[in-house]
Amino acid sequence: MAKLNLVKALNLALLQEMERDEDVVIIGEDVGVDGGVFRVTDDLHRKFGGKRVIDSPLAEAAIIGTSVGMALYGLKPICEIQFSGFAFQCFHQIENHAARYRLRSQGRFHVPMVIRMPYGGGVRALEHHTESEEQFYAAIPGLKMVIPSGPRNGRALLVSAIRDPDPVVFFESKALYHAAKEDVPDEIEAMPIGQAQIARDGRDLTIVAYGAMVRVAKEAAETLSAEDGVEAEIVDLLTVSPLDRETLAKSVERTGRAVIVHEAARSFGPGAEIAASIMERAFLSLEAPIARVTGYDVPFVGFARERAHVPDVGRVIAAARATLAY
Amino acid sequence: MPRTPLEPRFQVDYLSILDADGNLDESLEPDIPPDDLRRMYRGMLLGRRLDERMLRLQRQGRIGTFAPIKGQEASQIGSVVTLTKNDWMVPSFRETAAMLWRGWPIESLLSFFAGYLEGGQPGPDQHDLPITIPVATQLPHAVGLAYAAQYRDDDVVVLGYFGDGATSEGDFHEALNFAGVWHVPVVFLCQNNQWAISVPLKKQTHSRTIAQKALAYGFPGIQVDGNDVLAVYAATREAVDRARAGDGPTLLECVTYRLAMHTTADDPTKYRSEEEVREWERKDPMTRFGAYLKQKNILVEGLEREVDEEIAAAIRRFEAMPPPDPLRMFEHVYAERSAGLAEQREELARCLENRGGASTLEERPTSPPMRGQRSERWQS
Repeated sequence: MAKLNLVKALNLALLQEMERDEDVVIIGEDVGVDGGVFRVTDDLHRKFGGKRVIDSPLAEAAIIGTSVGMALYGLKPICEIQFSGFAFQCFHQIENHAARYRLRSQGRFHVPMVIRMPYGGGVRALEHHTESEEQFYAAIPGLKMVIPSGPRNGRALLVSAIRDPDPVVFFESKALYHAAKEDVPDEIEAMPIGQAQIARDGRDLTIVAYGAMVRVAKEAAETLSAEDGVEAEIVDLLTVSPLDRETLAKSVERTGRAVIVHEAARSFGPGAEIAASIMERAFLSLEAPIARVTGYDVPFVGFARERAHVPDVGRVIAAARATLAY
Repeated sequence: MPRTPLEPRFQVDYLSILDADGNLDESLEPDIPPDDLRRMYRGMLLGRRLDERMLRLQRQGRIGTFAPIKGQEASQIGSVVTLTKNDWMVPSFRETAAMLWRGWPIESLLSFFAGYLEGGQPGPDQHDLPITIPVATQLPHAVGLAYAAQYRDDDVVVLGYFGDGATSEGDFHEALNFAGVWHVPVVFLCQNNQWAISVPLKKQTHSRTIAQKALAYGFPGIQVDGNDVLAVYAATREAVDRARAGDGPTLLECVTYRLAMHTTADDPTKYRSEEEVREWERKDPMTRFGAYLKQKNILVEGLEREVDEEIAAAIRRFEAMPPPDPLRMFEHVYAERSAGLAEQREELARCLENRGGASTLEERPTSPPMRGQRSERWQS
């Protein structure tokens, strides 16, 4: 057991999976000698060499495209896209191919690959370095879309993503990379993809969040408890797609109210699907309209205005109070 | 400091062995055993006859739109025959002859173009990717396959097909660049058929050749008479041998011509002249190879009838296929079906039940007229 931040915990997952499976290779820009711009692949190049930890030329489409080819052959590539904002240059390889080869070949081939991308705000960076684009990947059949909320589940979910026989897009919150440390067991730990977790028990209200927003939801819940005597239940999705609709519905059946929090833009964002799913399964339990606290529908804001854009504790509390007062 | 020319000075060769008039350069003639020559001719003929048959099937609405290969048989057969069963073939969407050579059943191709998912499934031991439609996007896959083979020390070469239009796509350049940097055993085979739907080569690139693009990525490129099966064979043989020996990638440009339409959905008379087509018909790869084989006395009688019977039998099997079970769409999305997808499958199953237990919602023949297809032709 060691106290690790998210960067170190993810690094541990990569190290241990590479030790146990020679088919696991890492490919991306600066992932080798430099250890990745966020150091998630730190020291792996030294341990495993340039054939397994590949400093690729600077070309996102070919990073994903060649990884698809490697996966079709039987390797298990882990691609790093340096920032999720650059992934539109490989979006066609993800949508047209990684997600489809199993179906296109009618099961003859499959694509066991992980596409890691840092996403979200919180590092005071320029355009294309702070956005949240999970809705694009969550909408693609054939893909899985995973977003951990801390070091321990980050490590365990990355292990599962690497072992998954299908392509997984794995978003890592830049705001969480160096935030809290957690106890992470030395022995390999895996967590099922597709299952949400109750991150806090409560009976009055459900807050649905994932990634960096779980921390915001927790702080809001503590304030609501202290100041309003209200106990909010937090559903940490962990996997955005396939969505754990059952856990969501069960929570709202208990609480009757839901607030959904995400950094991605609101319209057609994950909150819309989550709300529809709650409505379909727990309509009669609902005591108030489902609220969404999200990034606004603007292309990007620049980090000088980022705090006004990314949902914060105050906005979540305000939405929760409005929902409770309805 | 004077400006100094850098070494090496680059060079691109053009290779022709058997020209359109039947002249043979014996010094370059590849040593191919008679049985193999016969099989190659048969492969080209099968591609040509199936193409013609598919055009009629499409016009009758029995299959959907497809990309005819007429005129490109030598580029495909001359190259694909150099692969072993263990090597990998990565097609785009106009490789009927090459796919048949690799063992794809005719009825698979027919069902693919009739809209069946089933038609995209390679056999369990087949080292071929299924048809890829977005232009050039299969080329990074070819490079990745080659990287993986090299990583595992397998004796494998990868042959990737694409057209002249593909050379404008970013994926083409990224694939060549990665292949050069990684020095992997891959052969890029461009069937330069002069036309990307309605856009001629001169509007596609200002390069004198497509082959020369390889030089920028640090490996050789060669231009070949793509209607000369002997030249295509000799050049591909050399490239495949180089790749197998660990000497890296090659770009082959087969200069050929699409004698028919881009797909059955367009009308080439709108964008190119009949004179041009007639000029290329004179260079037909079947004619000159046929004459070459006749001269060597190794053409068997009745080959056309044999090939036609093979095609007819496959069409009968294709048309005897069960109707497309809609529930099949839910297979092979993931290794394990998610709860949400299982629910949607149930939803469709109920929908079918409510329609009197329908086993399909489709009617055969299935093909409507495609965009740009003249309706009078559809009716004829």
